[in-house]
Formats: sequence, structure tokens, C-alpha cells
Amino acid sequence: MTVLAVVEHDRGTISTASLGVLTAARNLAKQMNTKFEALTIGANADALSEVISKYGATTIHQAHNSALTDFGPEAWGESIAQVVNKTSPQVVIGSGTERGHEIIAQAAARLDLPAAMNCLEFDKDFTGAQALKVVRARWGGSLMEESELDAPIKLVTLANHIVEGAQDPTNSQIAVIEVDLDDSVKQSFVQDRVERVAGVTLATSPVVVSGGRGVGSAEAFAPLEELAGLLSGVVGCSRAVTNNGWRNHTDQVGQTGTRIAPDIYIACGISGAIQHWVGAMASKNILAINIDAQANIVTKAGYAVIGDLHVVVPAISAEIRKRQNK
Amino acid sequence: MKILVCVKRVPAPGARINITADGQQVDTAFLGFTVSPHEECAVEQAVQLVEKHGGEVTVLTLGPAEAQEQLRTAVSTGAVKAVLVPIDIHDWDPQRTAQAIATVILGLELANGKYDLILFGNESADSCGYQVGIRTALKLDRPIVNGAKGLEVENDVATVRRESDAGVEIYKLKTPACIGVKEGINLPRYPTMKGRLASKKVEITQSTPLGEVGGLKLITLRRPPERASNTKILGTGPEAASAVVDLLEELGVFK
Repeated sequence: MTVLAVVEHDRGTISTASLGVLTAARNLAKQMNTKFEALTIGANADALSEVISKYGATTIHQAHNSALTDFGPEAWGESIAQVVNKTSPQVVIGSGTERGHEIIAQAAARLDLPAAMNCLEFDKDFTGAQALKVVRARWGGSLMEESELDAPIKLVTLANHIVEGAQDPTNSQIAVIEVDLDDSVKQSFVQDRVERVAGVTLATSPVVVSGGRGVGSAEAFAPLEELAGLLSGVVGCSRAVTNNGWRNHTDQVGQTGTRIAPDIYIACGISGAIQHWVGAMASKNILAINIDAQANIVTKAGYAVIGDLHVVVPAISAEIRKRQNK
Repeated sequence: MKILVCVKRVPAPGARINITADGQQVDTAFLGFTVSPHEECAVEQAVQLVEKHGGEVTVLTLGPAEAQEQLRTAVSTGAVKAVLVPIDIHDWDPQRTAQAIATVILGLELANGKYDLILFGNESADSCGYQVGIRTALKLDRPIVNGAKGLEVENDVATVRRESDAGVEIYKLKTPACIGVKEGINLPRYPTMKGRLASKKVEITQSTPLGEVGGLKLITLRRPPERASNTKILGTGPEAASAVVDLLEELGVFK
């Protein structure tokens, strides 16, 4: 009778999403009047027990195998499946990230159990005995689905940016579980990587200056680059922009691009189609710059400037320079 | 090289998605349909690989009879064979879908030999389940990696590039393998005239789906609560710059 949180980490560095998962798992366990436990995969994550205990896990299971030195979706999924078989949790919660979805799906497939991804809410009356009602995000969050997870063990991922990490420290017990990994799951480990040059990324930048179809060309992004530079932020774009080949897909904000949650999102010449909006809606503040006062993004944004981005954006940069020079 | 691409027919959403009165699906009365974006890129990637290495691309979908339209779209951009796994509703739950697709694939391979690669979208645009490809791969006893933003095949090894916060990760899977592809891996081409003609003529094979109902049951769809539209207009044109920078200072993003 436990709720098990699967901790996502990259070679020993915990992901921010995991802190939300730990918190959500603790809350659900409290509601079910049961224990909250956590799972780390690979000995290089053992040191995370210090952080995890601050979030109140009574037991931290540490899955060990000499092969677990880096991420591998199949080996991680198999590790989760074996820990689930050994510890019989009632609910298993993973993070709503690319890796999180992948390893929970891997575990579910191996356990032949259903899984509900990107959950926003869990049934407040759930005690553990019945099917688990969840609300999950569809269409990247533009639609919500109420569904029922009918299985002896419920596997879910928690949608990202839904639950903030909140501590509630305890003295966690450590339980090492040696998992058995055969060759079939070993080939999908990361074989090599190209490390990102240090600096902010679209996913983590506190300021994102983004352009849409209204920017008009690849060259016309220069003023947006300038403004982003002045604010130590990064440039993003809508799907229309990548489809036109004006910018690389790595800059795309939206359902099929990157989900962002900056302090401020400055959306220039973006109409705000639903696929774009779901990628930007977690932003703490949104400023839309658009010639159309009725544009979808203008009506949803907290702040707006009605005008041509080609004039407004350089004017903002000029104003920033003016104040910097004072 | 023989590549199979599994695609899904999804509504092409506009600015607002409406739901049918029974809450079971998206109201598509005013919407067109498309191939789910990640899978559109999977088709393109498969076609590029075949252009380089030779071989053929087969496209498969589990969906209503109307999903033939999406199979023909894939043929118009370079796939040569098409398989429809017809069901009488818009979609099945992920476990059932994977079981049905895996069974059909095994049948196709029994007749024609193994596919070197089976591509899926990372997740479908509409139901966002993130699991059909993985479940199918496991049933076929083949390795799978999701999130592919790069895919090359050389000497029976598929090299996958995938983005993470730390940079780019590289995976190598021995074929036959399955890969979950993400939008951005390429820019899908537009149909050619020759492709359009081929798409009209292509014979669509039908395979009966077999799959038991899984444990994730849809109760109802609903729209998320609307954000109150109390947008504060900071101004019009370049004169608004001062108010914008005031806001940036207030939010602490510019000091």
C-alpha cells in the first residue's frame, strides 16, 4: 500500500519536474492514508536521497545495476517494472516530460498495465481500492479528458508545471534493489552526446521573445534577437515560422515544440492558435504585440500593445538602452 | 530498406476546439483532418531514408474508414503501400491499439519479410497518450527510442539524435528497430503531381483489427476553464515602449 514517485534525473542531477512529482505523490499518499515512497534509478542517483528526504518519502528505493550509468528508456522502464513487482505500490507517478512519459510507458508495457499520461488532477476521493479517476491533458493541454484508470496498479505521469515542489522533510529509509537487466534492454542507453554550450535554453529562460507569421521573414527576426539579448532572454517562434523555414524547429514554442514557463513571454506577430497557446500558457506573464486587437493571443494575454511589431520592438529596445545609459 | 510508418488521422484544430454533445470526441463539423504532425515528419524521414538507401515505405493507420484520406496523403509524398486497420470509432485505447497494430504488423511481415524500421509519432496530437509505439515495439520484441530529432541508418544500425536540456543525446539501435519521431526532424515536403496521381491509384490493403479493451477508459472530454480576458492594453504603436519597459522593470526582468 504505497504511492511510488519515480525520480527523473540526468546522470545524478534531479529534474525540476521531479520535485512536483514528489510533492504530488506525497499529497496523494496522505489522501489515501498510505506511505509515500520514491525510486531512483542507477547508483549515480543515490546521493539524491538527501533532496528526496526533504520531500518526505518514507522509503527511497535505489535501483542498482552496473549497466545503469546513463539514461536508457528500456533499461529504466524495466527497472521500474521490477521495483513495482517487488514493492507492489498502488499508484506510480512519473514526470510529464519526454523521459518521464517514455519510461512510464515502457514500464506499463512491460507490466501489461494501462497508463494515463499528463494528469492534471487525481480523484479527491480515491482511497486505493477503486479505479482511479484522473483528468488528463489532451491536445497538449487545450482539451481535458476525464478518464478512469482501471487496474490493480495505476501508472500515471503528472503534467509538468502543475504542481510546484513543496518540502516536508522526513528521515527516509534507503532500500537498495538490485535489478536484473538482460541484453535486450541494454542497447538503447545513450551512446554519446553533444553537450549544450552553457547558457539559457528556450525551456529554462526567464524571458522569451517570440515571433510568428507576422514577423514576415528570417531576417526580420533581428530586432527580436536584439530585444532578447537586452533582456538576457532567448528567441522563440510559432509553428508557422518553422514551417516557412525562417527558424529552426528547436526555437518552436507549442504543442509539438517546447513548452515554456518563463517570467515573461513576449509574443510578437503571433495570432495564438491553440497549438501555440498550449506551449506558452504556463508563462507567468504574457505580453502580446500585435496589429490585430482581436487576435486570439491578445485576448488571452495579460498585457498587450496594439501595433506593428516591426516598429514596436525596436522602440522597446531603444527605451531599454536609454534607461541603461542613465 | 523496408520502412513501415504508423500514422494517425487527427482533426486539424483551429483557434478553439469544440466537443460533441456526448463529450466523447472533438466536434469536427467545421474542422478538416490531417496526419498527426510528428507522424507527418516520420513519413518524410522514411521517404528520405529510402531515397538514400533504396527500398520502400509502407504507411499504416488504425482508424475509421475516412482515415484512407491520410494514407493517400502519405502516398502523395512518397509512401508506396498503404494499410488500413479499420475500426468503427475514432480511436481505441492505447493497449488495444498497440495489440491490434502489432498483430497486423506480424501478419504483414509473415507475408513480406521484416521491416528494417517501424516509425511512430512520439505522441498523437489529439489523445497524447505517449505509449502506442512503445507498447507495439515491445510486443514485436524490438528496441525503441522516442523523441527522435535525427535518424540515420548505416550498416544495420539506426542512429537516433534526441534533444534534452543538457544537449543532444545519441542512441544506436540495431535494426530491425522501432523509433518514435518528433516534429522538427525535417520539414515535410508537399505532394508532387506524380505523388497525387499515385495516391489516387494506390490500393489500400485492409486488415481486421484484433485487440482487447484496455484499462484506460474515457469518461468525457471537456474544455479547460477559459482565462478571464482582462488584457491590459499598454498602448498603441511605438509610444507604448515606455509602458512596456515600466512593466519589464516591475517584473524584475530588466534592472
